[in-house]
Amino acid sequence: MGRKLLFDKAHIEGIRYYDVYRANGGYGSAEKALKSMKPEEVLEEVKKSGLRGRGGAGFPTGMKWSFIAKPEGVPRYLVCNADESEPGTFKDRYLMEFIPHLLIEGLLISSYTLGCNSCYIYIRGEYAWIPDILEQAIAEAKKNGWLGKNIQGTGFDLEIYVQRGAGAYICGEETALIESLEGKRGNPRIKPPFPAVKGLWDCPTVVNNVETLAAVVPILRIGGDEYAKYGIGKSTGTKLISACGNINKPGVYEIEMNISVEEFIYSDEYCGGIANGKRLKACIPGGSSVPILPANLLLKTAKGEQRMMTYEGLADGGFATGTMLGSGGFIVLDEDQCIVRNTLTFARFYHHESCGQCSPCREGTGWMKRVLQNIENGKGKMSDIDLLWDIQRKIEGNTICPLGDAAAWPVAAAIRHFRDEFEWHVLHPEEATKRNFGLAHYADPLEIAAPAAV
Amino acid sequence: MFSEEKLNKVKEIIARYPAGKQKSALIPLLHLAQEEFGGWLSAETMDYVASLLQIKPIEVYEVATFYSMFNLKPVGKYVFEVCQTGPCMLLGSDNIIDYIKKKLDIGVGETTKDGLFTLKTAECLGACGYAPMMQLGKHFREHLTPEKVDAIIEECRVKAN
Ligand SMILES: Cc1cc2nc3c(=O)[nH]c(=O)nc-3n(C[C@H](O)[C@H](O)[C@H](O)COP(=O)(O)O)c2cc1C
Ligand code: SF4
Repeated sequence: MGRKLLFDKAHIEGIRYYDVYRANGGYGSAEKALKSMKPEEVLEEVKKSGLRGRGGAGFPTGMKWSFIAKPEGVPRYLVCNADESEPGTFKDRYLMEFIPHLLIEGLLISSYTLGCNSCYIYIRGEYAWIPDILEQAIAEAKKNGWLGKNIQGTGFDLEIYVQRGAGAYICGEETALIESLEGKRGNPRIKPPFPAVKGLWDCPTVVNNVETLAAVVPILRIGGDEYAKYGIGKSTGTKLISACGNINKPGVYEIEMNISVEEFIYSDEYCGGIANGKRLKACIPGGSSVPILPANLLLKTAKGEQRMMTYEGLADGGFATGTMLGSGGFIVLDEDQCIVRNTLTFARFYHHESCGQCSPCREGTGWMKRVLQNIENGKGKMSDIDLLWDIQRKIEGNTICPLGDAAAWPVAAAIRHFRDEFEWHVLHPEEATKRNFGLAHYADPLEIAAPAAV
Repeated sequence: MFSEEKLNKVKEIIARYPAGKQKSALIPLLHLAQEEFGGWLSAETMDYVASLLQIKPIEVYEVATFYSMFNLKPVGKYVFEVCQTGPCMLLGSDNIIDYIKKKLDIGVGETTKDGLFTLKTAECLGACGYAPMMQLGKHFREHLTPEKVDAIIEECRVKAN
């Protein structure tokens, strides 16, 4: 069994409630931080742990925290990003539903470190039943002196509020989230200024993912150095992976970042293999935005080495032959799945979710969707495949926020690795409506003009 | 108009933000209003929310039109929002959508004549491991099959009576 840091107590009956959580060592990390450490010392532990943001980009959390501006007399805010809308990702939901106090404790320690007295959890609107769970946990924590004024007699004050979104993937992007929290449309802001300087209500703000903030609890419990011994290299600690698609055991798994992709898919501890005895065709390992890989490149890198479930392992080979760990939304496709159709659903998703501020994103996503629809419906031309390639190239890097890139990458990777399947659709329109192409034939990667921005 | 109880809730929500930042309460208030006033937001409802927050009506319209959870037209008593994004598609959400269409004799975006059901498609709702799925009110209905859909429709009919 892999070592666990977040879900080590998840199986305990009633862990959702304060008494059980506390009886099992809960709030021990907060107690240690608030009563015996200075904020700078906590920050030092987080830096030493090597923790990287679990929301998708993997930016070092300690470094991010050290950027927060501290002008005199201006409040600072911590915002917990619980928007979780990247297709394939449903890990934060699990954590909030089943161990809400782990998040509350993480928010408390993080707020103390950053010097914030108000913290907002921004949760996607569709998770409509979870705010009640969080608010109950907040009330319990408050009743027991872990929130409110003068927490545990330390003089530190903190209030945590839950804010529901209302259906917009883009509000997961940190500046769009801040706009939404201010009661506006979720249009991303141009950076700089970064939220650490000018965020919520123009005050210094840190936005972190749910899992990132929860991970602060075990870091304080075992110490930053010890945490850094979990995992491999710069992929320290554990990561929550939400696994879905054609596997035997979909669900949320905590992995130590030292296992191979093959182990994750095939071992009974995790996905339990491909469902219905089928064969693996392809996988999108980090949420819909990251490149899809065919089975052969997924399990082994281009150098022929085992591919590991780490930031570096999944990214090995850049976008030519690799992908990204992203948010940990692990989508598995079996041999009966159609790559064109799958890509089309994502193009439709990004088109639906584009905020519309930048023309390459607003127009390009709709255009990609329509071209893919044509190919899928047997009305495609060979030139459409090149057209798709061309459109995605023109979106990438030309937009205000990374949603444009996120829309471009899945299309690019699908063509890069499965071009023969797209061509088959064009050449056999009749047949393509009746059956799927089957297993992947790995096509030679196309030249990519720009190096992958990871 | 909100009841006394709801107005207290409004006050409580506004108190979450610093003085003068009451506009932040807009999305929570629109949720509250939609729940209270028949599952959708009419122009009058939006104007009312604007007055509660002392902001211009246009500021409310701007926001209400941006977010997919706000209905700007009347909807059925029960809204089936079936996810159709990749992970759900892989596990047959298209068949579920087709099945509901036939069963209720409506298209996507339409409401049954008795005003009971509306069918919508949704983009990823964060339940990919439990696909195919739909949102029904506050909750998710997961691992959908035609039989489960039948049971859900029946359950709604019973509740409506
Ligand atoms: C289009 C888009 C959607 C995003 N959605 C989420 C999300 O749902 N949850 C999340 O934590 N981060 C999301 N992010 C990343 C955030 O902008 C931000 O980097 C993250 O919350 C930082 O937290 P971390 O450092 O703890 O990962 C998204 C980014 C983009 C561009
Ligand atoms: S890239 Fe797309 S989502 Fe991002 S700001 Fe531009 S239009 Fe909006």
